[in-house]
Amino acid sequence: MKTALATAVLAAAAITAASAQSGSPTLAKVKSEGYLKCGVSDGLAGFSNPDAQGNWTGLDVDICRAVAAAIFDNPDAVRYTSTTAKERFTALQSGEFDLLSRNTTLTMQRDVALGLEFTGISYYDGQGFIVKTDSGVASVNDLNGATVCTQSGTTTELNVADYFASHGMQYQILTFEKESEALTAYDSGRCDAYTTDQSGLYAAKLELADANAHLVLPELISKEPLGPAVRQGDDRWEDLVRWTLYAMINAEELGVTSQNIDEQLNSQNPEIRRLLGIEGDFGEQLGLTKDWAVRIIRKVGNYGEVFEKNVGTGSPLQIARGKNALWTNGGLQYAPPIR
Amino acid sequence: MSGQDDVAARLPPPGVAFWGDPRLRGFVFQAIVLALVVWLFWTMASNAGDALKRSGQATGWSFLWNTAGFDIGFKLIDYTARDRHIDVLVVGLLNTLMIAGLGIVLATVLGFVVGIARLSPNWLVSRMAAAYVEFVRNVPLLLWILFFYLALIPILPPVKQAISLGDTLFLTNRGLYMPKLHWTEGAIWIVVALASAIVLWVATTVWARRRQTATGRRPPDLLIGLALVIALPVAAFFATGAPVSLEFPELKGFNFQGGLAILPELVALLFALTIYTAAYIGEIVRSGIEGVSKGQSEAASALGLSRGQRLRLVVIPQAMRIIIPPLTSQYLNLTKNSSLAAAIAFPDLVHVFAGTSLNQTGQALEILAITAAIYLTISLTVSGFMNLYNYATRLKER
Repeated sequence: MKTALATAVLAAAAITAASAQSGSPTLAKVKSEGYLKCGVSDGLAGFSNPDAQGNWTGLDVDICRAVAAAIFDNPDAVRYTSTTAKERFTALQSGEFDLLSRNTTLTMQRDVALGLEFTGISYYDGQGFIVKTDSGVASVNDLNGATVCTQSGTTTELNVADYFASHGMQYQILTFEKESEALTAYDSGRCDAYTTDQSGLYAAKLELADANAHLVLPELISKEPLGPAVRQGDDRWEDLVRWTLYAMINAEELGVTSQNIDEQLNSQNPEIRRLLGIEGDFGEQLGLTKDWAVRIIRKVGNYGEVFEKNVGTGSPLQIARGKNALWTNGGLQYAPPIR
Repeated sequence: MSGQDDVAARLPPPGVAFWGDPRLRGFVFQAIVLALVVWLFWTMASNAGDALKRSGQATGWSFLWNTAGFDIGFKLIDYTARDRHIDVLVVGLLNTLMIAGLGIVLATVLGFVVGIARLSPNWLVSRMAAAYVEFVRNVPLLLWILFFYLALIPILPPVKQAISLGDTLFLTNRGLYMPKLHWTEGAIWIVVALASAIVLWVATTVWARRRQTATGRRPPDLLIGLALVIALPVAAFFATGAPVSLEFPELKGFNFQGGLAILPELVALLFALTIYTAAYIGEIVRSGIEGVSKGQSEAASALGLSRGQRLRLVVIPQAMRIIIPPLTSQYLNLTKNSSLAAAIAFPDLVHVFAGTSLNQTGQALEILAITAAIYLTISLTVSGFMNLYNYATRLKER
């Protein structure tokens, strides 16, 4: 009896010790440093853009802040590293930062061949075109024979070539190294249209001389699912980042916002109770605290709030929810249940 | 005997151990340094190979035969998005060679003019040439390229309000559109006729020079040559039933279709490269002319030669020996500077192959190695030709 009890106690201790040691090394490192290191873009309005005081704002930035809030209860415990499209993946692989939140499209080659893991889709985007309103063009299919400006070295050129070839249309392409040069050429009349991700078009419209003289065409010619990415090899860290985004989407679905979070703590809805950590220990399974989602929602907001503040009705971009609406509203944002 | 002296010279002095022999020491040290250098390069290469394997990135040359998937805005051969990366390389290379070739010719002409103008006794001309040189060469080339491009586009009218010359030539901010020659069957004879006319012109010049040496009177070889170059191709044109037709540009929708288009990117790049390199060439020409001893010019004037004849017949031929080596450097500079075309969307080799192809395939090492090798080949060829010319014009002493 005594030996059986002793064996059972020892086994339990061993299992507890083992599970404690199988935590995420990245999370341990982040906790010991006291801040999260996040890779963002070199300035894209609405997604990651430094304001006049040098503070980073945007949808991608808010995902970093949400992860920091979940870990430290402080959304400002983040160091941002600005990256260009060329160096973003090598910087993540080499450990310069632990989370890449930089309007990066999830493609097979990137997921499979670059040693990265994508942790969900924060923005369903597609490639679009912007034209001058007085050119009379209302759809992409009117652009036969046009001159198109774009940035070099991204998937944009490939998508344009594929689309125009498959629809039997001709075009002339001009590829510039920098977005500002491409926009200048388009604005001055050298090109008939400028093409990039549709969210980038709304941002570009703000930079043009007369924002109202331009029209973003309605068609999207490619799928560009944008989302955060982490290094391969640390599954627990990947889970943490993935479920941070899912918590924000679930919060919007359940009607929990940063404004009503305190009342929601008294809710009797079992889904809300599980989300906010009143029931269950999902936070601890991630290596965080029970109120991990409360921290996120209170300090940063749910997905809808973050969307509207950065790229929606509360921002100069004025992008409609469209495909980024919740699945219950006809969109594609669908988070697995927290149970 | 001399054989024994040679053998004695090769042996170390008597009484000195073998490690005291300076020739042996030199040999050993050179061998060690060579081994170190070889080991260094081998370590770097194998390190790079290991790192690439570990990070899981693709290596190898097979990407050259994959579909490129993107279009190019200016191409001298047929190319579509379904062609391969190796075709991208060829298109970029042809564009670079075209820019380099045109740039070298134009810059040389302008450079010689500027250099000679700076030495003119006319005060205004020489001061203007000096101001041109000092101003142009002290502004970075990239700024010149951007300036000409950004200044050119707003000046030119949009497509709908194109300036047209008799409805055949159109000037817009998308380019200069002109009629294109449309070759059909039998057009090869015109090319053959032109080639033979040029050969005959050269022969005429040689014959005229001989007549001048023999009799002192020179037949009008220039006129004869021009007449040949014009008459023979025209005769061939009519003889083969006019196989060449003109394709006129027409405004269809957004752009002009058909005809030959000269893009503003090309013009801006060529213009900037030409004036920038010409400023340097002008200084080289001036230094070459000033390097010819004054006695030559004085003797030429004493013989009654005018200033122009003095320059053309006496000074410049001698100055060429001083001019050619630095001129070669400027040609190579121009060729490599053409890679700045990326700033204004002109698809040269670096922009389209070491830029777009590199980003799409991710194989930086291979692509950059190929591009560097190509520039190296072009540069070695150009300097090889120039050195040949230098060798041919060296002072031959008897």
